[in-house]
Amino acid sequence: MKKRPLALVLLASLLCAVLSGCGDSSTGQAPEDRAAANAIVVGIAQDLDDSLDPHKTVKAGTREVMFNVFEGLMKPTPDGDLIPAIASDYQVSEDRLTYTFSLREGVQFHNGETVTAEDVLYSIQRCTASTETGIVPVEAFSSITDLYAPDEQTVVITLDQPNSEFLSYMTTAILPEGYDQQDTAPVGTGPFRFVSRAAQDTIVMEKFDDYWGTPAYLDQVTFKIIENSDSLLLSLQSGAIDLCNHLPTAQAAQLGDDFVIEEGAMSLVQALYLNNAVAPFDDERVRQALCYATDRQQILDLAFDGYGSLVGSSMYPTLSKYFDESLTDWYAYDVDKAKALLAEAGYPDGFSMTITVPSNYPQHVDTAQVLAEQYKAIGVEVEILPVEWNTWIEEVYTGRDFQSTVVGVDASNMTARAMLERFQSQAGDNFINYHSDTYDALFAQAIATADDAEQTALYGQMQRDLTEHAANVYIQAPADLVAVRKGLEGVTFYPLYVLDLSQVRYAA
Amino acid sequence: MRYAAKRAITLLITMVAVSFLAFAAFDIISGDPATAMLGTEATPERVEALRAELGLDRPLLVRYGQWLAGFFTGDLGTSYSYGQPVWDLIAPKVGVTLVLSLMSFVLIAAVSVPLGIWAARWGGGPLSGARTVLGQLCMAVPPFFLGILLTYLFSLVLRWFVHGSFPGFGTDPVGTLRYLFFAALTLAIPRIAMTVRMLGSTIRSELGREYVRTAISRGNDRSGVLRHHVLKNALVPVVTFLAQTMAEIVAGSIVVEQVFAIPGLGRMLVASIADRDYPVVQAIVVILAFWVVLSGTLADLINTRIDPRLRLGGGA
Repeated sequence: MKKRPLALVLLASLLCAVLSGCGDSSTGQAPEDRAAANAIVVGIAQDLDDSLDPHKTVKAGTREVMFNVFEGLMKPTPDGDLIPAIASDYQVSEDRLTYTFSLREGVQFHNGETVTAEDVLYSIQRCTASTETGIVPVEAFSSITDLYAPDEQTVVITLDQPNSEFLSYMTTAILPEGYDQQDTAPVGTGPFRFVSRAAQDTIVMEKFDDYWGTPAYLDQVTFKIIENSDSLLLSLQSGAIDLCNHLPTAQAAQLGDDFVIEEGAMSLVQALYLNNAVAPFDDERVRQALCYATDRQQILDLAFDGYGSLVGSSMYPTLSKYFDESLTDWYAYDVDKAKALLAEAGYPDGFSMTITVPSNYPQHVDTAQVLAEQYKAIGVEVEILPVEWNTWIEEVYTGRDFQSTVVGVDASNMTARAMLERFQSQAGDNFINYHSDTYDALFAQAIATADDAEQTALYGQMQRDLTEHAANVYIQAPADLVAVRKGLEGVTFYPLYVLDLSQVRYAA
Repeated sequence: MRYAAKRAITLLITMVAVSFLAFAAFDIISGDPATAMLGTEATPERVEALRAELGLDRPLLVRYGQWLAGFFTGDLGTSYSYGQPVWDLIAPKVGVTLVLSLMSFVLIAAVSVPLGIWAARWGGGPLSGARTVLGQLCMAVPPFFLGILLTYLFSLVLRWFVHGSFPGFGTDPVGTLRYLFFAALTLAIPRIAMTVRMLGSTIRSELGREYVRTAISRGNDRSGVLRHHVLKNALVPVVTFLAQTMAEIVAGSIVVEQVFAIPGLGRMLVASIADRDYPVVQAIVVILAFWVVLSGTLADLINTRIDPRLRLGGGA
């Protein structure tokens, strides 16, 4: 009997030895090993549980990561400009109807094939007429009247009416014709090539050696899916992850000295989106009252640790060409004014309303909670309805069966049009049922005009229209916090929802 | 043997019932795979087209029948989200969750049985209060928080494992086992506390029974009585309890896999429910149900070994 405790101690120490033992010898787990291998691990909160075919990808998180794999004839720059990518240059005809693209010599796909004009025609046609189920059609392509390749290196596109934003749509990914594995083993022309995907685990990409442009610095990037933000923080601290974007402020504050926090702005507009077709929000005065009753700075302070930039309309500051700063403080916080407007609208004692929030976005839930508190001051009782993302899509976004919702709305490309098009009264994705004849007329004018300055002015007026009529309670463009392990550099921010890793490198 | 056969048939019926319930549940809850897949790009026409392509426009029973037929011929279908065969997606995860569950089960059994006996023999005494407090504490801490605490200690302070770099059995089996151990520990701690308490009180109540007094008064020594008579009687409810624990482990693994970033079935299940990825959900539900029902069946078989009277149905 007396030997027992001794045996136990021995067993316990053996266990300890095994568990702690070869902890440091395993490769790839320590940041130093990865630096030696010129590889990094990126933590992402959302799996790429979507088609990897860029013409079918629906989820913003998938597009964000696959930005490294695909390119179009043109590609965006961090400044919000467009530069030729697979095309080497282009000409626009006098009447602005015909675009002639010359293809860059010898651009290679990741499978070793060379990009030909046929591939370009195939890719554009594929996104024009959705012959395959699942393809997300590019609306702007419906105005193409003629599309042909006079020779191997040239593509000519003719439109039925001028569209000054047409080039933005030329960022549509070019894919090899006749390759049918895009859904699961995508092939593009970008600086990184796709290697593998393990569901709810990892996505691996490697540097594409035959890239036409400046090659990527890193040899390998592994995306590690960690959906829980506390867990993500632990993984950053343990040394398993080197880089992580969209980090919540609470987690960013807890990171130690091993990391640098880079701050950019997310390309989306967070707002309390109001269903303009249902009572009481069909009354403009009620919507304005809510705007006046919203202390946006307090939202940033309480729910975002002070990060984020305020907005006053459906445009975010990084689209600086279009962003109108004067709209930001249109509705300065004023409870008395809000009460007066409510009384005028026939609600002197306030009313009750519901805010539907997608529960997978804690930042939107937090915002809704702050709003609920703030609206008590004007007698408005808020009930928060947290719903799953799919329910949100079905009921709020497509069904339009809601009173109000807190969410972020982004743009699919870097044009004002992508942000503003949806609020036309007849737009299919006008989920807030905004109806303004002035707005519709302005939009028609804006897309028809040839003059860039005039168009920018028209888009400005549209933003003003949204603000004046209080289409929504606009809040902010949230900050995008990126944790980067010390020793790494080259994180770039785009006015788009993308994570460009081609510039990321270990400092010499 | 007839008893075993009977149990096998019950098992099969349970599985089919579970799979049907899971299938039917999706018809009741809101959210449709087609809308989930199309997201903000969903238009009524596109949703309809996709529903037709996925075969979702057919009645529930037809779809279930087709799924069942596929299941019995080894075809689990194709994931809506990933566009890959379901089995290819989940195969690597089955082993991970299985090892995690088994590991934590072994931990529970190996630690709590001796501890429970010890607690029963030395029940009372000055330490009993402290023991109760410790036990209550272990049971009360939410597994998510416990996981974070253990990670903090073993990964950030002691550096015994690197949180977030699960190696996988293919690359580093030993490292994988080591990684899983800490997750298994998180799962095991509250259940060890429960099992110890349960075993302790069962033994104590057995010790108070007349046959024990008789045995001791006949001159048998205390530990002999405990080992040969009391334990045998106390074991039946404990085995049943441990089988239930297996089900709890499987459920708990969902949370623990998230905390420890382990690519197992639990995380996959949560994600595919959110995505309305029916084929994946069905497959995982069936595997987990099989696992739980099987451990219950095994427990019953073991109990009939310990106490053959149960075979007559009187003990149920």
